Amino acid sequence: MILDTLDIDADAFTAGTGWVIKPEGACKGDVCVPLPNGFSVAETADRLGMALVAGPLHGVWALGPESIGSRSLITAQAPDVELIDLDGTSFRLSSLRGQKVVIVSWAPY
Amino acid sequence: MGGAEASRAFIEAAEPEHPSLLDPTHRLGALFGVVNIPNVIWIDEEGVIVRPPEPGWPGPTVYPESFMKRMADRMRDEAAAAEAGAELSKRPNLAKLLSGGQDRNTYADALRDWARLGADSAFVMTPDEVVAASQPRPAERSAAAAHFELATYLWALDDRQAAVAHFNEAHRLQPDNWTYKRQAWSLVGRERVSGELGMFTQVPLPGEEADWPFTSNFDADVSRLELGEYYPRTM
Repeated sequence: MILDTLDIDADAFTAGTGWVIKPEGACKGDVCVPLPNGFSVAETADRLGMALVAGPLHGVWALGPESIGSRSLITAQAPDVELIDLDGTSFRLSSLRGQKVVIVSWAPY
Repeated sequence: MGGAEASRAFIEAAEPEHPSLLDPTHRLGALFGVVNIPNVIWIDEEGVIVRPPEPGWPGPTVYPESFMKRMADRMRDEAAAAEAGAELSKRPNLAKLLSGGQDRNTYADALRDWARLGADSAFVMTPDEVVAASQPRPAERSAAAAHFELATYLWALDDRQAAVAHFNEAHRLQPDNWTYKRQAWSLVGRERVSGELGMFTQVPLPGEEADWPFTSNFDADVSRLELGEYYPRTM
């Protein structure tokens, strides 16, 4: 996720990373990582093994995905993802809950 | 990154009944571990992944004529190299590499089997199997994803020099992420070759090699692969 400040709240962090901040820590599916000092981007990123790369000339940072497990998926529970269609209308993967879903990735680049 | 206009003609021609969504920052790479296309993910009614990202096709692949010609030219060059005893001769040829992965004729049947049988389908994996079969994610892959996303952001701002540096860093950190590579190569390829196939030009044109901003290109990288490394067989 691209950040123009490191002072974001937990909701923005969840929207960008799929990790939900709860009393027990940062959680995704059935996995929770404790945050003894509460939520901050820098510490949460560190605990979740998320790379934070700066683009100083433009005042932005890019936050990579977690790397605390050895695999891309740390749980089989599908992360939610929100993307837009050709007309710019948002669509959430979780809106399809209750039916089988096949995601096909393709690219005209 | 090509945005709605790169995708529109394909989606409108296919007239799909399902949602067709754009993923310009490669969210499916960060969230699910998609590293090449086509890639398919199966998710059940409860939102549980039952097959992680893997190569998948609806049937036999039909490539555009110009691509087939390039493949034929390349195979001829490879045959000539083999005759000359070059190292290249030990490598699988491009056609074989690109036709690896699943059996194109039966992948859709496996999907139909799951649609019919649900959890009783032999193709359904357990949650532990799904996690274990997803892509590796050491710390440098998180950094690769961050560099890639920063590169897409800087490219959109037209800071090409910075963008290219971050693309190259993403490619160095995660050399087997083909979407990171092909996306970047295509941004330059489509500027140099007009027409709808320009986006698939992911190599420098003859005579323009010195002007290619990336540390590698499609042909050079593919020539180093073993069978199954481009499209692994998972089924």
